[in-house]
Amino acid sequence: MSEKVASTEKVTSLASGHEGTLGDQVRGYFARVKGGEMGSLPAVFGIIILTLAFESLSPFFITKLNFANLFVQAAELTMLSSALVFVILLAEIDLAAGVTAGVAMAAFIDLVKTQGWPWIPALIVAFLVGIAIGSVIGFLVAKIGVPSFVVSLAFFLGFQGMQLVLLGEGGVYRVEVPAILAIMNKNLPAAGGWILLFVSAAASLVLSIWDRRRRATTGLVNKPFSIIIIRLVAILVLGSFSVYYLNLNRSQGVIPIKGVPIVLPITIVVLAIGTFVLDRTRFGRHLYAVGGNPEAARRAGIKVVKIRILAFIICSFLAVISGVFHASRIGSVDGSAGHTIVLSGVAAAVVGGVSLFGGRGRLAQAAIGAIVISMIDNGLGLLQMPAGISYLVQGGVLLAAATIDALSRRRNGVVSRS
Amino acid sequence: MTPQVPVVELTGIRKSFGPVEVLKGIDFSAYAGQVTALVGDNGAGKSTLIKGLAGVQPFDEGLIRFAGTQVELNSPLQASGYGIEVVYQDLALCENLDIVQNMFLGKEELKMGTLNEPAMELQATQALTRLSVRTVKSVRQKVSSLSGGQRQTVAIARSVLREAKLVILDEPTAALGVAQTEQVLNLVQRLAQQGVAVIIISHNISDVFKVADQISVMYLGQMVAHLNTKSTNYDEVIAYITGTKTQEGVK
Repeated sequence: MSEKVASTEKVTSLASGHEGTLGDQVRGYFARVKGGEMGSLPAVFGIIILTLAFESLSPFFITKLNFANLFVQAAELTMLSSALVFVILLAEIDLAAGVTAGVAMAAFIDLVKTQGWPWIPALIVAFLVGIAIGSVIGFLVAKIGVPSFVVSLAFFLGFQGMQLVLLGEGGVYRVEVPAILAIMNKNLPAAGGWILLFVSAAASLVLSIWDRRRRATTGLVNKPFSIIIIRLVAILVLGSFSVYYLNLNRSQGVIPIKGVPIVLPITIVVLAIGTFVLDRTRFGRHLYAVGGNPEAARRAGIKVVKIRILAFIICSFLAVISGVFHASRIGSVDGSAGHTIVLSGVAAAVVGGVSLFGGRGRLAQAAIGAIVISMIDNGLGLLQMPAGISYLVQGGVLLAAATIDALSRRRNGVVSRS
Repeated sequence: MTPQVPVVELTGIRKSFGPVEVLKGIDFSAYAGQVTALVGDNGAGKSTLIKGLAGVQPFDEGLIRFAGTQVELNSPLQASGYGIEVVYQDLALCENLDIVQNMFLGKEELKMGTLNEPAMELQATQALTRLSVRTVKSVRQKVSSLSGGQRQTVAIARSVLREAKLVILDEPTAALGVAQTEQVLNLVQRLAQQGVAVIIISHNISDVFKVADQISVMYLGQMVAHLNTKSTNYDEVIAYITGTKTQEGVK
């Protein structure tokens, strides 16, 4: 292959971490894990342990119905914790993300129900409400310099009031928009699930090959091709299993329920776009830089204020998507939507390996963390544990994750000072 | 005197913070291919002078000539536009990013709207190679895993990458051990050999004598001496720094 030729022509003496065989790459990975860059490894172990534990304790945990339920429950939390990743990467927090979604959905339902708007413009307004809230929070944090904890706490309190004002005391409005309800309650046809899987796999493959070609034409070494194959096989095996299982009839009644929930492709697309922005655009790079060292970013000519405000806007925007998911799942909008989920969202991100100190974390990690938190909730619910126990366990897991984060950061620090 | 036109020439620079006049009419020049040391005790005004050159804190009064033409430096962006790069004492690197990402921070190369990682990696590798940097293991290492000397190296190499005409180094060896100091000083000389005008601020006079061609001494907001390293000595420089000697004679 032409890549081989290029690698022999390489004259520079400095390595780039792409050299060596598959074995070298694996050893390199373990060295990084040892060095404290664990990523979402603890969370992945958590998922395995939780699956084994709940399966041995409850006959209902690994069932077709619950498997689909888990995806649906986790989707809402995944979207909110992904939203929070954008501000947590800056070592900021948005406690108002949940109520932002609540207010946006209250505005949506108000427009649809009492003003008689069609649902699409109403949904657009809901997203604009989210963007506006994000801009205000971002402005107060980035431009004025109010700590984000305080700003978002104030909005968290204030917006609970706004929700009540918009919906009336105790007001509960049914969502009667089929398109919104379909997100969480309808499924793709069987073929749709397979198409989703193969399109995702193909996109991942094409992107990797594209990257390799770019490196090769520049004259740089590439990692062994086998890594791409292994990743592709992993995606196909896990994906095929999930699609196959979800395509089986999981109904306990007469009407069959089968297929991949519609929320799944939406979540995958949003995560893919978000990851692309974070990894491959200048904005994403600057976001990580501001999160890692705002002063260094400023001196490098990065407009720190702009990046911060944009992060809060993206956070609020994605939070509104999670609000739409919530409304779809519950089937109604009420004055208490989004009050408690935000803390689970922060927990999910941290459990997945996103650092509260800023600068480290990925959307996929937030998704993995969201699955852990959702599994705890779901599994303990199946065991008919009181809700109190679920909160206790979630709190314990969050504390453990945050401790791991702090410890790995300290270890990193020790390495750097040697 | 060096015959060529200085890369940067300051005349009559003044700067006050409220009632306190920190720079009292400074004249200063730096030449291409030369290392000019800026020395002086704490509070002499070195940092203020540097911040003015970097565009971080514009001067109140005075002329700035860059390569012979008069310019204004009112923002860091303007300064870097003229090819002025500052390597700060506290480094200004992002520990969570790798070497390549840090070297291109704020100047990322794009291809079709997305980051052109291969091109940046290649150029970063070339810049480090040109400065004969061999101490880093991989250009994709996170900066958090680098030693102080390696970080200083990355920070200096970043200015090479940006084709700086004037590089200002603020206490580059302050926090380093003996071997690493040696490496960084070598790097500073190689940087000057590339035709860059280098200004180095240091409290360590023996370091200054190792690398500098010219030594400019500041004392309480005034430039008290411009010395050629070859025709001066340690004691004379110390005497100017502490104010026991002035251009007019020994006090």
